[in-house]
Amino acid sequence: MVKFILKRLGMMLIAMFMIILFTFIIMHAVPGGPFTNTKGVPEEVIAAMEEKFGLDQPYYVQFFSYLKGILHGDFGPSYKYTGQTVNEFISSGAPVSARLGGVTVIFVLIAAIPMGIWAALKNGKWQDMLLMALATIGVTIPSFVIASLLIYAFSYKLNWLPTYGLDSWQSYILPVVALGGYSISYLARLMRSSLLEVMGQDYIRTARAKGLTEFAVVTRHALRNALIPVITVLGPTIAGLLTGSFVVEKIFAIPGLGYYFVNSVSQRDYTTIMGVTIFYAAFLMAMVLLVDVFYCMIDPRIKFES
Amino acid sequence: MEEILKVEGLKTSFMTSSGEVQAVRGVSFTVEKGEILGIVGESGSGKSVTSMTILRLLADTARIKAGSIQFEGRDLTKCSEKEMRAIRGQKIAMIFQDPMSSLNPLIPVGKQVEEMMKTHHPELKPDELKKRTLDLFEQVRIPEPEKRLKSYPHEFSGGMRQRVMIAMALANHPDLLIADEPTTALDVTIQDQILKQLRTLQKQYDTSIIFITHDLGVVAELCDRVVVMYGGLVMEEADIDEIFEHPLHPYTLGLLASIPGINKDKAERLQSIPGSPPDMTNPPKGCPFAPRCPYARNICAAECPPYVQAGGHRAMCWLLQPDAPAEGNPLYGKLAAAEKEAE
Repeated sequence: MVKFILKRLGMMLIAMFMIILFTFIIMHAVPGGPFTNTKGVPEEVIAAMEEKFGLDQPYYVQFFSYLKGILHGDFGPSYKYTGQTVNEFISSGAPVSARLGGVTVIFVLIAAIPMGIWAALKNGKWQDMLLMALATIGVTIPSFVIASLLIYAFSYKLNWLPTYGLDSWQSYILPVVALGGYSISYLARLMRSSLLEVMGQDYIRTARAKGLTEFAVVTRHALRNALIPVITVLGPTIAGLLTGSFVVEKIFAIPGLGYYFVNSVSQRDYTTIMGVTIFYAAFLMAMVLLVDVFYCMIDPRIKFES
Repeated sequence: MEEILKVEGLKTSFMTSSGEVQAVRGVSFTVEKGEILGIVGESGSGKSVTSMTILRLLADTARIKAGSIQFEGRDLTKCSEKEMRAIRGQKIAMIFQDPMSSLNPLIPVGKQVEEMMKTHHPELKPDELKKRTLDLFEQVRIPEPEKRLKSYPHEFSGGMRQRVMIAMALANHPDLLIADEPTTALDVTIQDQILKQLRTLQKQYDTSIIFITHDLGVVAELCDRVVVMYGGLVMEEADIDEIFEHPLHPYTLGLLASIPGINKDKAERLQSIPGSPPDMTNPPKGCPFAPRCPYARNICAAECPPYVQAGGHRAMCWLLQPDAPAEGNPLYGKLAAAEKEAE
């Protein structure tokens, strides 16, 4: 198992290098830069700025000096906010995103898995139809539409809940629902179809032929098998929720990682784009590794070696 | 002989979106204590549905339309789900066709066998359960049983998994074992071992067996009596020697001709019965085999023939009726011969 994890960590390093390289290339391929002149600033000032941050150097020099910084844990200064570093953005934004994401993950798991199980057990009945209709809506409507509707209904019309920030428990409700809506719908549908498939398996018939109650058949034999595909998508889902949805954070003015990221892209703040991308990628890969380890623990057919 | 199971006039249908599929259309047979009854028929003949109806393990879309299943003084068609649970695995156990998928992939096989006993005997202690499972594994000849208890199904071959299934089925010493094509998915050599094993254990436990198969060769090797099914009906029923010596139905004749023999002429092609089974959403009014029967006459498609009886041998075919013509009738005079044999 240790060998498996070490091997995976090695592969993650290679993947990370590729991510850094491609992000760097794409970022510089996009027209415009952090100091593109829009307000009639003298050319000399721009040139001086670019020289200060090393943007006048050839791309490969910029790339390797950036890589050197990352190896020292330094994501560089922000090009847009004088005196602030990307490390500061991440250390102030990530905990906020993680707090919102953590609450959302718990909410998603508590809602989606029982919903999927219930729908599967009521297959074809009205409860199933209702839940799956809701889930289809949840999957198809984008989170910013849900967020806007929620704000309109609960903040503007009813005036029950705040529209921005994360200061009280009430302020969590709208962003959590908007952020988790898609994941709940997706996971509930997946849980339902997975459980339905498992319930049709031969070993479920064997379990029934043993004289087990339907409850025992579902809990002891069906659920564990049905959870396997759900766990597969759980890793990326949790990583996505914890690192923050860019859109939802922007709408609710929550100063999380996504908020910084969206701003940095529109402002061509190179170092911030790179820093947040790397942080997000590292987190995602760690979650996927965690899921794979967990996977091997619940499914004896999967070996660490393979 | 003491009857332990009596199925009478059983009709089972599936309610599907394309209409009612009449899978079983009035089946009667009995199983006696310590007997191995073979049910033979091709896919779609209703043999598996009959067995699943006995344990009431059918899908939600299935309905028992008529008939009764008498078992130990009770009618299983009228039992509550709770009563059925007490019977399943304890009084009547079942082995399924595909050993590769019939065991839960995430649970060690030992635990799965233990669960069978624990469900019906919650008073058993863990070490007692383990000891009994170990005994069962030894009886079905699983090598290194102690080590194998903790193995998962994917670590076993098909034959070994079927042995686990047999061990599980026999764990509570059931009165009746339903084996639904238990050897169909296995190699012939393994098939032979499993059949011998079943025979030995059946004697040892004095369990009755309903053995479902499409293979008359397997029936010859294992069964005491055989029921031939087609189109949801029993075509013929007889003792094992009788069915091979005095077959009384054109369908049975066809099945017998289809057995590939080692002594047959090598140049000879494998025999088959042309055509396919009837569509059970709209079952034929007459004899279901009539469209494929080489001896069919007008009356065969129009009306279902009554059963004729010669001792324990019964069959339904118009060719067995006293007024059937002698010419082109492979069954002419056979009933009289069977009757003579019965006396």
